[in-house]
Amino acid sequence: MIEIAHKVIADQSLVLAFAAVGALMWISAMLSRLLFAGRIHASAIAIMAALALAWYGGIITGGKKGLADVPAFAGLLLMGGAMLRDFAIVATAFEVDPIEARKAGLLGAFALLLGTVVPFAVGAGIAWSFGYRDAVSLATLGAGAVTYIVGPVTGAALGASSPVMALSIATGVLKAVLVMATTPMAARFMGLNNPRSAMIFGGLAGTVSGVAGGLAATDEKLVPYGALTATFHTGLGCLLAPSVLFLIVKAVV
Amino acid sequence: MAIYGTALLALCTLIGVALGEALGMALHVKANVGGVGIAMMLLIAARLWLARTGRLTPGLKLGVEFWAFMYIPIVVAMAAQQNVLAALEGGPMAVLTGVVVVAICFGLVALLSRTAGTHHD
Repeated sequence: MIEIAHKVIADQSLVLAFAAVGALMWISAMLSRLLFAGRIHASAIAIMAALALAWYGGIITGGKKGLADVPAFAGLLLMGGAMLRDFAIVATAFEVDPIEARKAGLLGAFALLLGTVVPFAVGAGIAWSFGYRDAVSLATLGAGAVTYIVGPVTGAALGASSPVMALSIATGVLKAVLVMATTPMAARFMGLNNPRSAMIFGGLAGTVSGVAGGLAATDEKLVPYGALTATFHTGLGCLLAPSVLFLIVKAVV
Repeated sequence: MAIYGTALLALCTLIGVALGEALGMALHVKANVGGVGIAMMLLIAARLWLARTGRLTPGLKLGVEFWAFMYIPIVVAMAAQQNVLAALEGGPMAVLTGVVVVAICFGLVALLSRTAGTHHD
């Protein structure tokens, strides 16, 4: 029996990772429904749980690759590695409808730009106040404040250290969770009751799961409008953060 | 055929990443500059062209969309392999950044959507 288990673990690592992540997301969906009445998106719970498991993996193995240092979960390295990550992120662009997007007009584009630059500046500024001084770490932490996708993409492109990457992801995930949890409460304050403001909201709040979760809990009809600008958000962040914004940080530091 | 969609996605990703590498070299930043973003724009352009010329088949769409649906699980797998133990030393920073950024962004949404409202609603 043990021999078979060892052989499966060694030969089927990626397939094991698919099964493990699927199980984690299923549990997260149950928790989202039963514990939070769907207010906190299942994907956000899954990501938080994955970070917690990575923390636990670090404790039991003493390694630097989180849960992937546990032999049974080594397949996570391939599944969550740079190659498949970038591949999947590019695929999300397929859902963007440029005609609908054009209707949001200049205001949507302005919100998108603000939604990238402002969080980046705040994130990098707070990182500076916490003692980070190198441009790569500052840009990665600033990018993490844009979304939890832009953070690791930027960090990977610039060659940031794993702790900075994890912190960047943690910031982005926390932002997504906060957006999901507080959007329904802040909806009236934001004037979030029509497609136009939903597009502005998607551009500024950014994180797709945060926007989709937050809007779904506020008014389901607004979800596609928010998701539309939010979809552009990750692309814009991935384009600007490791390039223009990084060069600005580098020039300032 | 689903593989056409996946191959198209692969082609866009490869060209985008290659252009990102070239841009990195040109800018002297030892990094891939915006490769993923360029690839996304290529895919949007490819989709427009396919739709216009009637080549956007359900099979092709499936080959791309499967990977779009996989991106959250892949991000979950990515999160699970991070060095969280080391990151926790900076815990208060993540919390502070998250709260401040969300508060500022919500404020800006309120401002912008009110500006829009006075003109059109």
